[in-house]
Amino acid sequence: MNTTVEIAGVKFKNPVMTASGTFGSGMEYADFVDLNKLGAVVTKGVANVPWPGNPVPRVAEVYGGMLNAIGLQNPGIDVFVERDLDFLKKYDTKVIVNVCGKSVEDYLEVVERLGDEERVDMLEINVSCPNVKEGAIAFGQNKDALYDITEKIKKVAKQPIIMKLSPNVTSISEMAKAAEAAGADAISLINTITGMKIDIYKRKFALANKTGGMSGPAIKPVAVRMVYEASHAVDIPVIGMGGIANAEDAIEFIMAGATAVAVGAMNFHDPYTTEKVVDGIEEYMKKYGVEDINDIRKIV
Amino acid sequence: MAKKMKKEAKVLSQKLLADGIYDMWLETPFAGDVKPGQFVGVYPVNKSTLLPRPISICEVDTDRSAIRLVYRVVGTGTAEFALYQPGDYINILGPLGNGFPLEAAKGKKVVVMGGGIGVPPLLETAKRLSGEDVSAVMGYRNSETFLSDEFSKYSKMYAATEDGSVGTKGNVIDALKSEKIDCDVIFACGPMPMLRAIKAYASEVGAKAYLSLEERMACGVGACLGCICKTKEIDGHSHVHNARICTDGPVFDADDLEM
Repeated sequence: MNTTVEIAGVKFKNPVMTASGTFGSGMEYADFVDLNKLGAVVTKGVANVPWPGNPVPRVAEVYGGMLNAIGLQNPGIDVFVERDLDFLKKYDTKVIVNVCGKSVEDYLEVVERLGDEERVDMLEINVSCPNVKEGAIAFGQNKDALYDITEKIKKVAKQPIIMKLSPNVTSISEMAKAAEAAGADAISLINTITGMKIDIYKRKFALANKTGGMSGPAIKPVAVRMVYEASHAVDIPVIGMGGIANAEDAIEFIMAGATAVAVGAMNFHDPYTTEKVVDGIEEYMKKYGVEDINDIRKIV
Repeated sequence: MAKKMKKEAKVLSQKLLADGIYDMWLETPFAGDVKPGQFVGVYPVNKSTLLPRPISICEVDTDRSAIRLVYRVVGTGTAEFALYQPGDYINILGPLGNGFPLEAAKGKKVVVMGGGIGVPPLLETAKRLSGEDVSAVMGYRNSETFLSDEFSKYSKMYAATEDGSVGTKGNVIDALKSEKIDCDVIFACGPMPMLRAIKAYASEVGAKAYLSLEERMACGVGACLGCICKTKEIDGHSHVHNARICTDGPVFDADDLEM
């Protein structure tokens, strides 16, 4: 039975990853999960300098999911390399570092800095951050901006790059094509869907930021649809995510066209979810006679 | 620190303690590891919910390997918890957070202060401080002064009520002043205005205050960075003056907080 998948020359022992921002760098979940069992740990977004993030409340539960507006709080690349990458050296899993920035230059600084880090197998570029120099619209919400940043990052990156696409766009296929045309090695989707919650008793927004990114099982059908569309629009591999709670959900994404999948908000519901998804995929393969996980990709 | 786990816990008992406030004992393997001031994440079964509800641990019974949760029904999750009966099982994540630094109270005049649903975690705290000079000052809305009889077993108990029906009319600081209670160390949990007032009072009288904070949380284990509070010094995790309430706290030295 083969569960290994390959993306841009990087071999993953299985297709199960963690979704950026829901798993730290793995440290906080090592009490619950054997990180060696995961296909990859995708770290929380890291910028060139520390970011303090948004005021609280930063999280709110909604029906079947949650909203978050953490604001990408992170310690900056120096602490990240010294502490988080060092921690991950102990584990036999692939490391994908998620990179965020407020300007193209911010991203390039982090990407260049990580170029010589052997522990980093791939980079995932979060283009849902507002571009402060261009009216604060997110890089990933404009086809030309996405093309531009992808091309510039690709020029300096030593590791293969994954562009993480925002679902808050009119056509996900167009965005996927723009990333591919600019040289992206892979795409991942979906990032969270922008939402809002109002506390009618306090007559206030549930989040200090007013809006937040929605994640959790309620967004899964939207995510499956977008992974299907994107993976049929481009030839580069797609990493699928959005509300994955169990192996059945993960397999659904793979059948929609994903080469690998990531578990996000459900880590908060059950810290053992990633491992359960790994085991569940193997059980499914045994039970239904699937020899190679790659055989069921895009099967529908 | 004890290893955290998510495990099914058996409901041993459940009763209504005051208006909207429930008292539930749960059998769990990690009861013996719990430090006063720690909390658990409690998962509703309701499939529309995703996140664990952070609830402070009120008391520990190591003989039965049990913890006691005294909680207020405020929404979908806690409304579900209130329906649980002895013999039912419920998923909990714990033990979470740091707890009160009991060693800071050794040989000192210590006051445990709680307000509203911040009262419960001080009970186990008072219990473990037995032998020290402990006063308990608890603030309530009205005459439903839940847990006050139990505080009397471990401490000199003073109540403050908003309506003046029991003890001092006013808040916990009013009670502290009117009862002329001396303090070197304060352990407190309650709403933010109360904690701010305690911080100010402590600095005025030269006492040390340790405050247990509350915030909307998602993971409960320090990964999501949802529940931060502002700190004077840069924090150890993100290096940006944001401590994580779930893991760096919920108890903080008041001097370290910007509030």
